[in-house]
Amino acid sequence: MREITLSQAVNEALAEEMRRDPTTFILGEDVAEAGTPFKVLSGLVEEFGTERVIDTPIAEPGFTGIAVGAAMTGARPIVDLMFGDFIFLVMDQLCNQAAKIHYMSGGKLNVPMVLRTNMGATRRSAAQHSQSLQALVAHIPGLKVAMPSSAYEAKGLMKTAIRDNNPVVIFEDKLMYQDKAPVPEEEYLIPFGVANIKREGSDITLIATSSMVQVAEKAAETLAAEGISAEVIDPRTIVPLDEETLLKSVKKTSRAIVIDEGHQSYGVTSEIASRLNEGAFYHLDAPVVRMGALDVPVPFSPALEDITVPTPERVAETARKLCAGEMIHAA
Amino acid sequence: MPAKTNTDDYLRMYRQMVRIRTFEDNANQLYLSAKMPGLTHMYSGEEAVAVGICEALTDDDRITSTHRGHGHCVAKGAEFKAMFCELLGKEEGYCRGKGGSMHIADQGHGNLGANAIVGGSMGIATGSALRAKLLGHDDVTVCFFGDGATAQGLMYEVMNMAALWKLPVIYACENNGYSEYTKTEEIAAGSITARAEAFGIEAHQVDGQDVLAVNALTQKLVARARKGEGPFFIELMTYRYHGHHVGDINREYYRSKDEEKDWKQNRDPIIRFRAFLVEEGIASEEEIEAMNAEIEKAAAEAVAYAEAAPYPDVSEVDMHVYAD
Repeated sequence: MREITLSQAVNEALAEEMRRDPTTFILGEDVAEAGTPFKVLSGLVEEFGTERVIDTPIAEPGFTGIAVGAAMTGARPIVDLMFGDFIFLVMDQLCNQAAKIHYMSGGKLNVPMVLRTNMGATRRSAAQHSQSLQALVAHIPGLKVAMPSSAYEAKGLMKTAIRDNNPVVIFEDKLMYQDKAPVPEEEYLIPFGVANIKREGSDITLIATSSMVQVAEKAAETLAAEGISAEVIDPRTIVPLDEETLLKSVKKTSRAIVIDEGHQSYGVTSEIASRLNEGAFYHLDAPVVRMGALDVPVPFSPALEDITVPTPERVAETARKLCAGEMIHAA
Repeated sequence: MPAKTNTDDYLRMYRQMVRIRTFEDNANQLYLSAKMPGLTHMYSGEEAVAVGICEALTDDDRITSTHRGHGHCVAKGAEFKAMFCELLGKEEGYCRGKGGSMHIADQGHGNLGANAIVGGSMGIATGSALRAKLLGHDDVTVCFFGDGATAQGLMYEVMNMAALWKLPVIYACENNGYSEYTKTEEIAAGSITARAEAFGIEAHQVDGQDVLAVNALTQKLVARARKGEGPFFIELMTYRYHGHHVGDINREYYRSKDEEKDWKQNRDPIIRFRAFLVEEGIASEEEIEAMNAEIEKAAAEAVAYAEAAPYPDVSEVDMHVYAD
């Protein structure tokens, strides 16, 4: 199978859906000729014109609100939010408006829009261009949240997001834009709420999102060499969450680590760990462990930044301790 | 006032203004008698704004509304029964009881919803207009908001884009003199229309208590917006008879009873238009009284209907979080 980058995969998904549905359009900062700072959208304006690939002023709440209104009245806008950190700027439009309109209207109005943005630290971009804020939006009923872990997921989830009748937020890890993966030439969609078992195992389950899937896979390889069999699962969407697949795995392995690049406190890892405790308590041999980013603003210095995010080494070390029964804190 | 041109239009405008006032009087009674859950924000006094504008629109044209949205809802074509049901949280409400007063909307007539975030719908209205332009539709969107909302940054972001892209949207600023419990002059520096003009948006100020003046201006602007000459901005000078909400009763610390009396007695949009209709021979006093009585009866029936109507089943609580 051919291999393409995550950036190309997103570009292909957008182009295919824009060809398929004339009501789709993209808007955001520097999306047209510039193709975004990450060049993810390069070439789209040449095919679809500036009417459907719309450069906006630097006004995130404004163009997000405009997308909400366009979506409510029959279009399928795709908002490009240049950095995930800017999600704080659009919270009212996303969380008070887009997320609630279907419910507040008693099901009469829909908001079929996609907000694609990014996440991920270790790019030396400091505290306002490095955050992974998926937990913030996953907390709000009415929004769906997808976190592709490779080019394959990025394409299939994006196509599903564009066809969904709800507001969907997609977080792409900006450090993965140039990562290649096998992506079929023929069309495919990845349904929301269906986790992907990346690697089967029997001793411990590593549940990981986005780029943390790679971290978990590397940890699993290290552990395999030591005789510990780790299962790696990528939920692919955190809303909706495929709780069934996660619980089934944990009931089998009796141990789990949840890994996500958002801050650990009140985060995605906390939510998933909590659901595992509630749904598989009797089957657990050890507490479910959360591994998120440190609860600090992302620092600039490489010496500091690199220790804020989970690494394969630390995941493997934690898994070893769990399997050895070292993390059962009896009174 | 202009000469008689269309009797039916005038009578419908009068009728719609009275329907709004009557709806609000009943809503206020529902609050005072503790029959309505929560609070509500009365539109009384501002009827000529909603009616003058909405009578210049078709069912395909869209509006966005505000927390003070009952008037827009009635003016855009809503029925009393489903409105009172919504106010009381009943299943037959326009939003199945999930929106209430602050989110009331007859979506079938192009009302994109009342919004409880001040200025929150400005992006939505502008986006509706962008959709019309992109998909080649000829509808126009009117964005209703109050003077208080002019302090929100979102307004300037979306007016900038609407002007850059020549969108068919009309920003209708209902200046009722008060931003919640504070005089507008204390929250708005300079001129409100000049802010729109700074973006190259043609802006007008009109007497919001004169339904014909509002309607004539809006008709012209809607026609021009349909031809791609938008956006436009209108500042409608009006007055809110009640407090910020129905519970804001002792309000002399921010405005005087004399001021309220002056607006109610001397500038009321319904009294003024009624006098015009009689003077011009469009309707007799008897015909107007009959119309008023008929509207009062319809409202009373709708209130009784809503009071007796069932609440949504509890199984509805997690319905409509996501669309299929």
